[in-house]
Amino acid sequence: MMLRNSLIGLALAGTAATAFGQATPLPPSGAGTPPPQEGGLDVTVSDESEWQDLGIAIPGFTTDRDVATPAGQTAPLGRQLGEVITADLRNNGLFKPTGPSALPGIAYSDVTAPQFGIWSGRGADMLVHGYVRAGGDGRLTVGCYLYDVALGSELARQGYVVAPADWRRAAHKCADMVYSRLSGESPFFDSKIAYIAETGPKNHRVKRLAIMDSDGANHRFITNGQATALTPRYSPDYKSLVYLSYVQGNPRIYVYDIGSGQQRLVTQSRNPTFAPRWSPDGRWILYSMAVGGNTDVYRVSASGGQPRRLTTDPGIDVGGSFSPDGSRIVFESDRSGAQQCYVMNADGSDQRRISFFGGRCATPEWSPRGDQIAFTNAGNFKIGVMSPTGGSVRTLTDGWQDEAPTWSPNGRIIQFFRTERGSGRTGLWQVDLTGRNLRRLKTPVDASDPAWGPVLP
Amino acid sequence: MIRANATLTTLLLSVALVACSKKPPKELPPAPEGTGQQTTDNSGLDNSDAAVPGSQADFVASVASDTIYFDTDRYNVDSADAATLQSQAQWLARYPAKRITIEGHCDERGTRDYNLALGERRANAAKTYLVGLGVGAERISTISYGKERPVALGSDESSWARNRRAVTVTVQ
Repeated sequence: MMLRNSLIGLALAGTAATAFGQATPLPPSGAGTPPPQEGGLDVTVSDESEWQDLGIAIPGFTTDRDVATPAGQTAPLGRQLGEVITADLRNNGLFKPTGPSALPGIAYSDVTAPQFGIWSGRGADMLVHGYVRAGGDGRLTVGCYLYDVALGSELARQGYVVAPADWRRAAHKCADMVYSRLSGESPFFDSKIAYIAETGPKNHRVKRLAIMDSDGANHRFITNGQATALTPRYSPDYKSLVYLSYVQGNPRIYVYDIGSGQQRLVTQSRNPTFAPRWSPDGRWILYSMAVGGNTDVYRVSASGGQPRRLTTDPGIDVGGSFSPDGSRIVFESDRSGAQQCYVMNADGSDQRRISFFGGRCATPEWSPRGDQIAFTNAGNFKIGVMSPTGGSVRTLTDGWQDEAPTWSPNGRIIQFFRTERGSGRTGLWQVDLTGRNLRRLKTPVDASDPAWGPVLP
Repeated sequence: MIRANATLTTLLLSVALVACSKKPPKELPPAPEGTGQQTTDNSGLDNSDAAVPGSQADFVASVASDTIYFDTDRYNVDSADAATLQSQAQWLARYPAKRITIEGHCDERGTRDYNLALGERRANAAKTYLVGLGVGAERISTISYGKERPVALGSDESSWARNRRAVTVTVQ
């Protein structure tokens, strides 16, 4: 897989440097089968003009004893941890990581006392070491260490105790530590994505609710496709999903409890409800409801109760996204004639149009950092960002039909879906805020309506 | 605006029938499959009794069309639509026990949520017009499919024109 990096506005620790040899001979431990290359991103478009590669060597994690666990033997598991971390860091467009498949293995004692000479000889700027240990309680302990090779010093370390089934989370946490320490940005790898999996011909599309980790692993279909499912959103605690389903004939929004597999209507109205969204604290659900053909935005407690109508305009008022502090909502309305974005207070007061860029503003999503609003330009179907007051509009994508942006938890990457002209086939893509690092996310089938959740605690 | 009284409507209709223009695009691209506009389950329907009075087949055979078409982002009932809906109202007057569902649809060149809302508008515009013609509101339900159920599969103006529609389906 190739990698092109560029990043504007992020200060990297260390200096750009030579990449190290992908072709270097490897063979450390003969510890069994190569790790499955599940999930991951295709690098499909990128900018070669600006390389800001920080070479990071990530040999396989080591273990004190190669023992069996529900996640496999700890030795090959250590190698898989290294692979997951490598894939994470490769996919964000900042670093040039080299993973276990191209590097020698390390000894257990190396974890806290790296042989810096070896790694500087390979041109690595940064070095990640780690171990995995099977605990007596059946859980795994994973240690993660970041070193600056030139300085020969430790920059950060963390340890994680996880159930064997959650071993990938330890790798994502480690990648998050490396990413945060080196970029100064908030972490985002240890997070999940809900989306709609699509199959079948254009006039008979089967649409299923599905979830996966941020790197595409642990993929799971939630609904069986008998009823059309649309526009899911993960609750901030990842315990439930809110989404639209035609399961009872009419479009209605439901809260699906991931633990129990049960779902309930968000509101008991006989009117169609759609475009559901959570508040950042998970206490409220925003939704749109059409009454006699007129759609307005409503808010209801996530635990049920009496909804509150937030808009009363005769135009279509739809969607909505809370500001990170929950005090304001950006939504779309065609009250001025065409789709435009508006901001209001969380109680519906003080509604003001913010988009005046000459296109059509749809599906606004407030960045988790609060500083930007992503939207679909429904005039040309490109993804754009603007400030919360509607300024500094920038277009980030150039597909035939790009739609429905959702933010990475750290507000640095935007995911969206792209529809192919003619065939109607769909896929998930993501782009960073520079617009230069554009990638397609691998999914088992076609995919739309992505929703990226927060970083797991 | 659409709430015309019967006389006004009849007047409009006579104009409409003369100048029945534009809407369903002149040359329609061939239907992709044999599926036609049957986006709703008609499994209870048997081809052999296609002419049974009051059946869905009878409805389709009797009315000018089961479908009206809309301009981009619009939901107004124009003269051509009015003529179609008038014919539907006449059939419904003959079968006062029959109920209908009006499906609102959009073309693919819209965002998903907005299209769900726009489909609602279109279905309700057709409903409002039929109610204006004397069809009991309680006999008419509406449903929006947004852009989820296109009948024309191309990504071109003529396909999009065919997909921006409201389809009347009898409840059997």
